[in-house]
This record gives sequence, C-alpha cells and structure tokens, in this order.
Amino acid sequence: MSVFDQLDAARDAVRLWFAPARVQEEGETPDYRFSLANERTFLAWIRTALALIGGGFAVDQFLTDHLTHWARVALALALLAGGVACTLRAVNHWVRCERAMRQGANLPVSRFPAVLALIVAVIALAMVGVVVAGWAG
Amino acid sequence: MTRRQPVETDRDPGLQPERTRLAWRRTTLSCAVVAVLAGRQALPGGSTYVTLAVGLAALAFLVFLRLAHRRIQQLNAAQPILLPAGSALAVAACMLGLALFGAAVVWW
Repeated sequence: MSVFDQLDAARDAVRLWFAPARVQEEGETPDYRFSLANERTFLAWIRTALALIGGGFAVDQFLTDHLTHWARVALALALLAGGVACTLRAVNHWVRCERAMRQGANLPVSRFPAVLALIVAVIALAMVGVVVAGWAG
Repeated sequence: MTRRQPVETDRDPGLQPERTRLAWRRTTLSCAVVAVLAGRQALPGGSTYVTLAVGLAALAFLVFLRLAHRRIQQLNAAQPILLPAGSALAVAACMLGLALFGAAVVWW
C-alpha cells in the first residue's frame, strides 16, 4: 500500500466521521446486539481516555512537591495527549467496526492498543528513573 | 401439574441494552471524576484564564451528561436504535475539550 493509498484511506475515514449517515447506506443492518456491543467498546475507550486525562490533571495537582516544574508539565501534557489519541481512535474504530459489520467484512485490526501499552510502560519506567535518580524535588 | 411455560418477550435475554446503559453510567461517573479534578485546579486562586478554562471543562461535562442521559433514554426500548454518529462525535468533542482545557491549565 503506497503512501498515497494510505492518505486516501485516511481522508475517507475522516469524511465518514462527519457524514455518518453514509455508514448506513452500505450493506445491511446487523443484529442490534452487535451494534450495542460496539457501542460499549466505544465507551470503554472513552473511559480509557478519561482516565488518561484525569491522570494528567492529577499529576499537575498532586505531584507539586515531588517533581520539578518541567517534569510535571511534560508528564501532564503527555497524559493529556494520550487521552486525545484514545478519543480519536474511539470514534474511528467505532465507525470502522460498524461499517465492517454492515458489509460482513472482517473487523478492523490495529496496533493502537500495543502502541498505547508501550507508551504507558515507557512513561512508568521514566517515572521510576526520575524517582531513583533523585530528580524528584 | 402444569409446568409454567417460559414467557416469550422481545427483550434480549443477554440484557444487552441494560449492559450498554450501565456502560454509559460508568462513563458518566468517570467523566464526573475528571470534572471534579478539573474544578480543583481553580481552587488556589488561579488567574482569569484558569477560571475560564475550568468553566469550559465544566461545560464539557454538562454536555456529556446531557448526551448520556438522552442515550440512556433511547436504550429503554426493547430493540434500541443505533447510537447516532452525531452523539459519538459530540462525546469525542467533550473529551477533546476536557483535554484541551486541562492542557491550558497545566501550561499557565
């Protein structure tokens, strides 16, 4: 798949977010229970995003005595950015799953969960490093 | 002795609408926790910008509350309609708002 194909696919996906009625034009309506399961998965991702955003707030508020200013700002902004990424993925994945179910195609797979897990692990390790190295205020 | 026949209903025996309704409630609860944390940011007498950002975060929570409430009412039907994509986008917009206002507060 060339870069241009990927760009086309991305543009198509974003269009679908904003013209959602198009999803219902394709294929046939799946069992409503599958759609509800898809909705619950969407909400689970939204909760993950909320946890990251809340974590960002908490870092900014509760680590004032334990981290230097810039370490705190960097960590809080990283967590908030993670929350934004989770939110965007939640909508994108929900639309793509709904479309796949209508068309009887395989559900989309993605490496987002693995990437998110890696980022969270890196942040955790970095925090261990910060504490051990004694940069923590 | 007559055995009681199982009653045929149009309810899903797997209680999918109920589970989905509870998922919305859980998410609302998470959102409330984040909103409270956001409100705490304004406590130590922050600047006007911080107060403004916290106010917008509270607004994002109220919008989410309204969306969740509407969807929970839709899910009262035996065979609920598909989540309107506009609602999904609006939920995402609320999350983006919370994150953006959070970033603004952290920065100032």
